[in-house]
Amino acid sequence: MAILVDRDTYVVVQGVTGRQGAFHTRAMLKYGTKVLAGVTPGKGGQNVEGVPVYDSVAEAVENHPQINTSLVMVPAPHAGDAVLEALNSNIKLVVVITEHVPVHDAMKFINYAMLRNSHIIGPNCPGVITPEAAKVGIMPGHIFKRGKVGIVSRSGTLTYEIAYQITVNGLGQSTCVGIGGDPVVGLNFIDVLEMFRRDDETEAVVLIGEIGGDLEERAAEYIVRTRYPKPVVGYIAGRTAPPEKRMGHAGAIISLGAGDPASKIKALNEAGVAVASTPKEVASKLVSILK
Amino acid sequence: MVIPEVSVKLYEYEGRELFKRYGIPVNDYVVVRNVEEARKAADVLGGRTVVKAQVLVAGRGKAGGVKVAENGDEAAELAAKMLGSVLKGEKVESVLVTSYTEIESELYLGVIVDRFKRSPVVIASAEGGVEIEELARTSPRHVLKMEINPLIGLADHQVRRVLSFMKLSGDIAAQAGKILRGLYRLFVENDCELAEINPLAVTPDRKLVAVDAKIIIDENAVFRRPEFRRPESGSGLEAEAARLGFTAVELDGDIGIIGNGAGLTMATMDMVKLKGGSPANFLDVGGGAAEDVVDKAARLLLTHPKVKVLFVNILGGITRCDEVARGIVSAYRSVGGGKKIVVRMMGTNEEEGKRILLENGILPFDSMEEAAERAAALAR
Repeated sequence: MAILVDRDTYVVVQGVTGRQGAFHTRAMLKYGTKVLAGVTPGKGGQNVEGVPVYDSVAEAVENHPQINTSLVMVPAPHAGDAVLEALNSNIKLVVVITEHVPVHDAMKFINYAMLRNSHIIGPNCPGVITPEAAKVGIMPGHIFKRGKVGIVSRSGTLTYEIAYQITVNGLGQSTCVGIGGDPVVGLNFIDVLEMFRRDDETEAVVLIGEIGGDLEERAAEYIVRTRYPKPVVGYIAGRTAPPEKRMGHAGAIISLGAGDPASKIKALNEAGVAVASTPKEVASKLVSILK
Repeated sequence: MVIPEVSVKLYEYEGRELFKRYGIPVNDYVVVRNVEEARKAADVLGGRTVVKAQVLVAGRGKAGGVKVAENGDEAAELAAKMLGSVLKGEKVESVLVTSYTEIESELYLGVIVDRFKRSPVVIASAEGGVEIEELARTSPRHVLKMEINPLIGLADHQVRRVLSFMKLSGDIAAQAGKILRGLYRLFVENDCELAEINPLAVTPDRKLVAVDAKIIIDENAVFRRPEFRRPESGSGLEAEAARLGFTAVELDGDIGIIGNGAGLTMATMDMVKLKGGSPANFLDVGGGAAEDVVDKAARLLLTHPKVKVLFVNILGGITRCDEVARGIVSAYRSVGGGKKIVVRMMGTNEEEGKRILLENGILPFDSMEEAAERAAALAR
């Protein structure tokens, strides 16, 4: 099964004619993802890697009614409008890769998506991958192998590191979801944990958090409240980060006494999550749990 | 591409200007940059005044940055002490001279971006003048947090709820309602992460007046709010990195850290610490960094006096290991003299990257853990 994306995922890439858009369209096609169309306003009629380009999402959907997912790689000033456009075409999953999207734009499109029963992943995320089925994002596909561990993470490259450790330990992943490094993101840990709960293929979940905000504490509370039925292994990045400094991600900041790693680790430990102190240890904990 | 982050906390006087534009009453004030101006300002305002250092760090009052003056001479004296002094690490370039406001009681009104609710939240309390986070912890029932749907905005019934929570009625309630509406509009129209009036003073003649202003603008929205753009003028590692287009944070140790991606770079710092080393910095070169970008980052750290060992940890996805290796070698050859370097790389074009490193006498590591151990050992 897996969650969010699978063999029945049909993708439109918004911002397809940009350098990054074209590069990742090629990589997704190579991985086997069904990219049916691209959109760049004013560039309709062209094609990128054999994928037809349209001026609007509405035209793309009209010509390819199977489209159910959008990957947004539009520059930040226009990303908010691009997401609203996808939602207005009734696309049910919108993955926003773009970094530096204004937070007021993100709040609007995330709230609009909720009203329209669509899901937003991101902004500022690596995307989502169900190994050997579909990759909707920018992650290096070869690191992932189909298996029984679900991953949900606020990070990009750190997720690849941990996925790699899981792969070389022979476990593999059901689906990996990068929820994004911004303060306000669409799907959060709880939403994705809930999806993994209902997914038969996922036998354990890895939760990769970092400093800033309280999404990890909220996830811990959810795990306790719902008596989460699957084992969860956690990792928190930024144990050595100083307060009041943004560590790369807009959301990664210990501020006004909130968002410090100790509180997250404590909350997760108390919720029965096995918190690892290195990426390698995430894999070894999984091996001992799932053996 | 990593865009250097702009600091967009506003000074109190900038916040007051915004307040005035949105119909939020503030007590009279003048911004001054020298002693004579301070004396003149106090004389014009007349009587007792308050002299306030204009800095962005929190806890200004406790650090002696807010003082009462009885006349122009005293205001000048206070301004002389504050101007040019360093308050909690920040140089005071200007001070605010405000009229002294008699305060009967203090309220709190703020609007913030709430991460978990993914919406603006109005925060209100009838017990202003204290740190709201502290008050929310100790007396949560005295703090109202009300979610606002960003698609709809602040509705009339929500304004009424805030007023009744603060137990305001009559003319004061009417004033507070107008101030709250103005504050929410200010928050939205200026892409704020935070807009806070603390305290909102109730004067003996039953008027509401803002006597402080705290506003933080979303860095990512500065492109459409150019009036909040700040020139990057600092010195030191963080400012230099920002000018080169990196996000960097300076730390206390002696092992320079370069990674790609914020999470992995933080994890690299954590691993170094776990292995007994001490990171000198956080530096994220971002996704897809080419040779010249890595070269600049490596040069920056190799030439920094506190860095004894440079540890580069790259997981190649869209970043190519061969590009990274070329950048490292180029920097190390020209400025690496005497410093040690540890490189771990994995992913896209890994073999080519490792070959380049080996040809130049740098032994690449496969494992992040072993590389961190090595870096810590070399720094000892």
